[in-house]
Amino acid sequence: MKHLKAVNSKAGRVLRYVGDGASPAKGDGDVVALQGPGGGAPQQAPAHIPLGCSLAFSPGWEADRTGGTAGLCQPVERDIFDCHLGCFWPAQVPDQLNHAPTWTATCASAQKDWRKMDIVFP
Amino acid sequence: MSANMLGNGEYHRFEAAGQPFVYLVPSAAVFALDGPADAILRALAERSRTRGELVDELSEMFPRAEIEETITELVRVRAIGDVHVPDKPMPKFFPLTPFPLTTMVLNVTNQCNLSCTYCYEYGEDKIVDTENGKKPKFMNEETARESVEFMFKESGDNKMAHLTFFGGETLLNFPVLQKTVLYARQRAAELGKQVDFSLTTNATLLKPEVIEFLADNGVGVTISIDGPKEMQDKFRVFHNGEGSYDVVAPKIKELLRRHTSRPIGARVTLTSGVLDIKRIFRHLTEEMGFWEVGFAPVTTSPNREYAISTPGMDSVLAQFEELAFEFLEAAVANRHHGFSNVKDTLEEIHKGVSKAYPCGAGLGLLGVATDGDVALCHRFAGSEAHKFGDVRHGIDRQAQTSFLEKHHIEDKTDCSTCWARPLCSGGCYHEAYTRYGETTHPNLHFCEWIRGWTDVCLRVYGELSQRNPGYLAQFDRTESVAELVS
Repeated sequence: MKHLKAVNSKAGRVLRYVGDGASPAKGDGDVVALQGPGGGAPQQAPAHIPLGCSLAFSPGWEADRTGGTAGLCQPVERDIFDCHLGCFWPAQVPDQLNHAPTWTATCASAQKDWRKMDIVFP
Repeated sequence: MSANMLGNGEYHRFEAAGQPFVYLVPSAAVFALDGPADAILRALAERSRTRGELVDELSEMFPRAEIEETITELVRVRAIGDVHVPDKPMPKFFPLTPFPLTTMVLNVTNQCNLSCTYCYEYGEDKIVDTENGKKPKFMNEETARESVEFMFKESGDNKMAHLTFFGGETLLNFPVLQKTVLYARQRAAELGKQVDFSLTTNATLLKPEVIEFLADNGVGVTISIDGPKEMQDKFRVFHNGEGSYDVVAPKIKELLRRHTSRPIGARVTLTSGVLDIKRIFRHLTEEMGFWEVGFAPVTTSPNREYAISTPGMDSVLAQFEELAFEFLEAAVANRHHGFSNVKDTLEEIHKGVSKAYPCGAGLGLLGVATDGDVALCHRFAGSEAHKFGDVRHGIDRQAQTSFLEKHHIEDKTDCSTCWARPLCSGGCYHEAYTRYGETTHPNLHFCEWIRGWTDVCLRVYGELSQRNPGYLAQFDRTESVAELVS
């Protein structure tokens, strides 16, 4: 690293993990077979938000291979946000722009916190 | 990959020694930034930009290749990233079990010869009825011995065990304390382990023979004291309302004179009436001779008369900051400075601690009540609701696991957007219980304060890293340090 100088011990560990810049780091899009640089953990694509159901296909989104919802590749609760924020045809959720701006304030992670989301009355 | 719209990750930027730094969250890494790195973060703080836009805009100030290179570095340490790619959810790691016990806090009595108005054990916010409850008022010798066996057994493969005596007023049960020290020492020798002792006391019962014993046995001593006479006597009073300063001051001086094998610390409870921190600090260090002084605001419901108001806490922060920078100048010159609050945080910043739990309670630290019941920590000792087994049957691992599952930082939604969470992790369980009625609740009334104080400590840390990096090397030691008991 030329522009960032590790100051505390943890920063040193971060650099050892992500590489010092000489080799490509994970997540840069360089596919090195199934291994990360230096033979590390298998390379995994970062999670993504599909931009609407017509633009991206998430296999196993609505039902898993057994027809149930237990083995979905994305937790089913994320539908709320994927349809609401990412899709051109909004799901029926409160209008976050004008009417209920704090509707999702208590929901930091849909999978965990979806129960905390408020009911909004018009 | 999408259009690569870059935005800032989670971090706190601060400046020290005229240089910009970032504290990254949740890794808790600290990096010093050069010109291009700082310019990129500032630009992205205004709004998200594509890589191309960013390079174009900053190319008047820096060569394009440098900007490209810096973007790659910042992405690599996750200071910035593609705004369309959400951060991977943090894995909810649980500590390996059975987690070894490093510190056992033994409440040898729940009685006290003072009646400090604000006391969490006797005051208006108490959890356990120590007057009419069914717990014995003093721990007997047998329970203390069983506790020692429990401590060594639950310490697992650890070579070192820490035993802290606590109360009530610890020295009201000096006979049992004395025998327990000797017994634990003998058992440690038989088991090939080491044991280390400490206690907290209000100093009223520091008789010469007690001081002799503590000094000879290398027992670490922390004195609860609130400052000079008028501050100490405001709330730290005997049952008849009489202040305790005149009784404790000569005894403390005698202890400090005789007991030199371990540094002796003072622990100050800050209340609405006791907020002149610098004066307290000077009195306790320079006039009285304490090696270090730690401060903590009183744990209380907000409506008590001794609760500290928001302006009061602002004044505490301002004074803490002054003392912290005094500490900095001392550290640059390799001189000792006794403001222990800042030193503890500097050590955590240096190591890059990123906590899943606010403290060691329920993990490496457990409290033991007078009857041998094991509790989350000494502040909950004797409470049925926070019981983790008893010393005869060992730690109730099921209760412990269930506690750890419920109190993980990933479940504190309020903390999920706070940059100070690697160090704070929601704060004291007992404080939360007193304020909100549940240990799982983050201490939201302290958020602004904690962020302010963490920022002060980061700036002190940044300055030290530039002006005397050698000082920070002392924190690289790896041996376990006893959890602070307050």
